[in-house]
Amino acid sequence: MPVPMDNFPRPESSGNSRFLSYNEFEALVAAMARDGCVMAPRRFAGRGRMSDTDLVRYGEVTTAGEIESGIKSDFSPKEALFPVQQTLLTLNAGQAIEPPEDGRPIYLFLRACDINGIDRLDGIFLRNGPEPDVYYLRRRQRIRFVLMECARSLTNCFCVSMGANRTDNYHMAIRWQPDGVHVLVRDRQLAGLLSTAGRPSEFSPSFVTRDDAPVRVPDPDRLTAAVRERDLFNHEMWKDYAARCIACGRCNTHCVTCSCFTTADVPDERVVGRAERRRMWAACHIDRFTDMAGGHSFRQDYGSRMRFKTMHKIYDYYLRFGRHMCVGCGRCDDHCPEYISFSTCINRVSEVLDHD
Amino acid sequence: MTEVAANPYVPLPAEILSVHPETAIDFTYRLAWPGRPQPGQFFEASVPGLGEAPISVCDFGEGYIEMTIRKVGRVTDGIFAMRPGQTLFLRGPYGRGFPVERLEGRHLIVAAGGTGLAPVRSVINHFVRHRDRVQALDVLLGFKTPADVLFRDDLTAWARNTSVRITVDRPDQAWQGHVGVITTVLPHVEIEDLGAVEAVVVGPPMMMKFTVLALLDRGIPEDHIWVSYERRMSCGIGKCGHCKINDRYVCLDGPVFNLSEARWLID
Repeated sequence: MPVPMDNFPRPESSGNSRFLSYNEFEALVAAMARDGCVMAPRRFAGRGRMSDTDLVRYGEVTTAGEIESGIKSDFSPKEALFPVQQTLLTLNAGQAIEPPEDGRPIYLFLRACDINGIDRLDGIFLRNGPEPDVYYLRRRQRIRFVLMECARSLTNCFCVSMGANRTDNYHMAIRWQPDGVHVLVRDRQLAGLLSTAGRPSEFSPSFVTRDDAPVRVPDPDRLTAAVRERDLFNHEMWKDYAARCIACGRCNTHCVTCSCFTTADVPDERVVGRAERRRMWAACHIDRFTDMAGGHSFRQDYGSRMRFKTMHKIYDYYLRFGRHMCVGCGRCDDHCPEYISFSTCINRVSEVLDHD
Repeated sequence: MTEVAANPYVPLPAEILSVHPETAIDFTYRLAWPGRPQPGQFFEASVPGLGEAPISVCDFGEGYIEMTIRKVGRVTDGIFAMRPGQTLFLRGPYGRGFPVERLEGRHLIVAAGGTGLAPVRSVINHFVRHRDRVQALDVLLGFKTPADVLFRDDLTAWARNTSVRITVDRPDQAWQGHVGVITTVLPHVEIEDLGAVEAVVVGPPMMMKFTVLALLDRGIPEDHIWVSYERRMSCGIGKCGHCKINDRYVCLDGPVFNLSEARWLID
């Protein structure tokens, strides 16, 4: 029996705005953590890419003080819905057993671009093909979005260019101030947790309107013409990336909208015939992504992989779903060890359309 | 409590009814299965502990399906160790198969290379059994060597009422048939009415590319040519992303494509 795709907890159209002291905000987050699971960007000391640096990625928090509010998280919030590795089934004696799924709400703290990014994941996991991905759907039904307002565009960001800087899809919005936190609650359960804490405020979230790294997004119809009439997929511009990309896949793993995965069985060494079927992130930049049994593969040069990813993010997803996949969070550019800039690549595609 | 969706990743057991060796590394498995797939569709077949692999259906009948499986990887190695009475796990069928109704009443040319014959075997069987439903039927088959020839019993049966041309790349001493790639037998096919032709091409990427070019060169209209693509797949249901080409997913929109669509699928 298919599940209706609009079966998510929707935010209410109007809400209650309050200004909370930090102590009052701590109490609210503590109540949320008791009610469900609070997932937010948090700091993992010493786990950064360089020696003596920290990593900021999504994890469960129980106090407001753990939430990293001022910087962009290194990894995206997609882990809350699409874990790096996930057990799909336990296979034993001819039976396929699904792991139990917790039903508690997940209060997910994230920025506007990432809320739009999860909408793009919804496209693949829920609307691509006739059957929804049940593992994603079950998590998705638990999610309540807590929008963290961006005071300004962060480094490498281009959400405005991608039309992903705004959202109305949030159950709660917050703005950090020097002396406390503005909150807007648009969800009955959260309203119960907030109760009458703090004092009334006029807060509603604002959205950034200027990009740190603006891009010119090519028109899909012009791209179709360039692909068919001018062989855009084999254009010289991709050869540059063939020389620079090292196929590490960091752009894919940090991206909020990269959704590809591979499944594999992991045998239980203690019980003969028992195994777990798991899926893990896979990426179009990384070797073996297209390898087939028998030896055939596609896109062996790294420039073709850059072209494949670029076209997925700013062209072919649009053809299927009517909006671009890329939301301009800029994490690919933040983390490429070869300093390949995806925003520059988008602009180069636009230039090729204009000049060639 | 929210409604729970059925889990499309849960496979169903399918008993192996019989195993028929075709070559040293290609065996045809007959599996108990209640439904009837379309010719050209595929299943995700799995052995617990080894994983899943997409395998096309090569024939089907009341209560069973057949798959011809080549021993080339971890999952297929596991399947080769299994015997009749044992159980494989399946989910599917998936994808869009061959447009059998559209082929009816036409001059059907099937060009298949190697194991590419498997997905199209049920189409040939269908029209050999109902020979009056096509104007003419030409089957062109290419294999690497005589030892790689598949479905020998079928080939004999097909040749009774159908033109079957077999060619090999590398003959042995006993081989008395044609030698050369499949495009070298295509000129022998007589075509009376180009507009009446529907051609089906399945095989390795290079074979498909040059066979399609030869068919176009012969004057067969682009939208009368059908191809079936093989790609890596993990899920079979449009989520895992491995089989995407441009805006199409081979598992959902294919594996069978009309050439007017497939020509823009650039990897």
